[in-house]
Amino acid sequence: MTTAVRVVVAGAGPAGMAAASVAAENRCRVLLLDENPAPGGQLWRGYKTNAVRKSPHAGEFARWMSRLDASGAELWAETSIVDCPAPSTLRAERGGSSRDVSWDRLIIATGARERFLPFPGWTLPGVTGAGGLQALVKSGLPIAGKRVVVAGSGPLLLAIAAGLKREGAQIEGIFEQAPWSRLIQFGAALAAHPAKLIEGAQYRRRLLGVPYKAGWWVKSALSEGRLRQVVVTNGRKQREIACDFLACGFHLVPNLQLAQLLGCRIERGYVAVNAVQETSCRNVYCVGEPTGIGGLDKALVEGEIAGLAAAGQLGKAAQFLPLRQKLRRFADRLDQAFAPRAELRNLAAAETVVCRCEDVTREDLERCAGGRAARLHTRCGMGPCQGRICGPATEFLFGWTVAGARPPLYPARVTTLAADASGAFAPPDQAAQIAGECANS
Amino acid sequence: MVSEQPVHSAITIVVDGRCIDATSGMTVAAALLHAGIPSRKSVRGEPRAPLCGMGICFECAATVDGEPLRRTCQMLCRASMEVVTE
Repeated sequence: MTTAVRVVVAGAGPAGMAAASVAAENRCRVLLLDENPAPGGQLWRGYKTNAVRKSPHAGEFARWMSRLDASGAELWAETSIVDCPAPSTLRAERGGSSRDVSWDRLIIATGARERFLPFPGWTLPGVTGAGGLQALVKSGLPIAGKRVVVAGSGPLLLAIAAGLKREGAQIEGIFEQAPWSRLIQFGAALAAHPAKLIEGAQYRRRLLGVPYKAGWWVKSALSEGRLRQVVVTNGRKQREIACDFLACGFHLVPNLQLAQLLGCRIERGYVAVNAVQETSCRNVYCVGEPTGIGGLDKALVEGEIAGLAAAGQLGKAAQFLPLRQKLRRFADRLDQAFAPRAELRNLAAAETVVCRCEDVTREDLERCAGGRAARLHTRCGMGPCQGRICGPATEFLFGWTVAGARPPLYPARVTTLAADASGAFAPPDQAAQIAGECANS
Repeated sequence: MVSEQPVHSAITIVVDGRCIDATSGMTVAAALLHAGIPSRKSVRGEPRAPLCGMGICFECAATVDGEPLRRTCQMLCRASMEVVTE
């Protein structure tokens, strides 16, 4: 069965919510698809379901949520996009069934994920992403009284630590791998974004008494049945810290799989877009983190631009351009400030698992000539996460890059893949060909 | 509106034949992690628990109500839900 709409928005985080609301307000029939039970993406995860108290940006969420509700855009939650079986068509899976959705305009708002880098002990239960632990707490995990070490990189570490503390966690320390020199440079550049400086200062105030160490990183995590302690270092000294959770993530990487499947051009790691967020594929737009990791403000403004452009309101979209340019420069600064330092390449030992899905170790990978050989010989990146976790890690460790995405984007039922939903079953090769044609159009 | 605190009811889900406490506002992954139950065994048999919390890593994948490889961090607990972790 195929549902045909003017605009499909893939992802209901801030960028997708803004894009869907604005397009629907401009008289388009809009379908918003998201994997999660409720809209909000990662930043606003659980805001609709759990209403985490005094949450940052709660006012903005409430504004956009009511705007989305009033806009008439239709939301399909708990829905994964698994394939592009025909031009201008996506195959989505929800619960036990699949459905094809065809569009005149597609807006990709697939967000970002954390970058994970392997170190001894990173697979132990209790070791999560930094945003990962925050997401779990927003999803109902009780954290009160638990001892948490927050580590990795990025401005989110502060926000995450403050959020966990607010929910009652005992933060044992925050360890940012970027050196002070880079953070000071970044701070100076923030003068152009006073609101962000204020936000950072507020988090810091809420974390009074919690050590914040720049130029420090986690060397290993140790267990006795479950996580017991972590070892942190600055390359010269090291320290052991007892904890219940280690929340560790190294800034963010964009979710490019859907854009890659459709054949959108990627430049310097991000989806290339024009002034109205249109990608190299005609009528395919991309907004938010996949075009550059820039956070909420950039996501919202890009969502508004694409929503207007998809509705044919190009003139209105142009007014947002100066703000967008400013926020894109901020995104570049973030990438520079929080790029992982070279020492992190040496953390994983020979026997440390790098690909968690298939338990492929560093020494298994070091025997391989490149990413393709590693996939063939070790199944690295071939498990259910399809390289989303180990891909950025092997890129950092060995310089291996992942060129494209293949359907299904997520493990899907055979019946979904073979579904005659649009009147034609497209085997993966044919879908790849279609994606290629899309790229050339 | 977000200023109001939604009311969640206490419910029980069944994990590997054992009853564990949860609430209706909790994801299955959060309930498993809270109960200290690994969500899966790795290829080499190591216990694994959620990493990303956002549907990317599949470390929280388990069989839910007979359906294998469900990302439990994307699913809210429902009364009498049956989860099998291996």
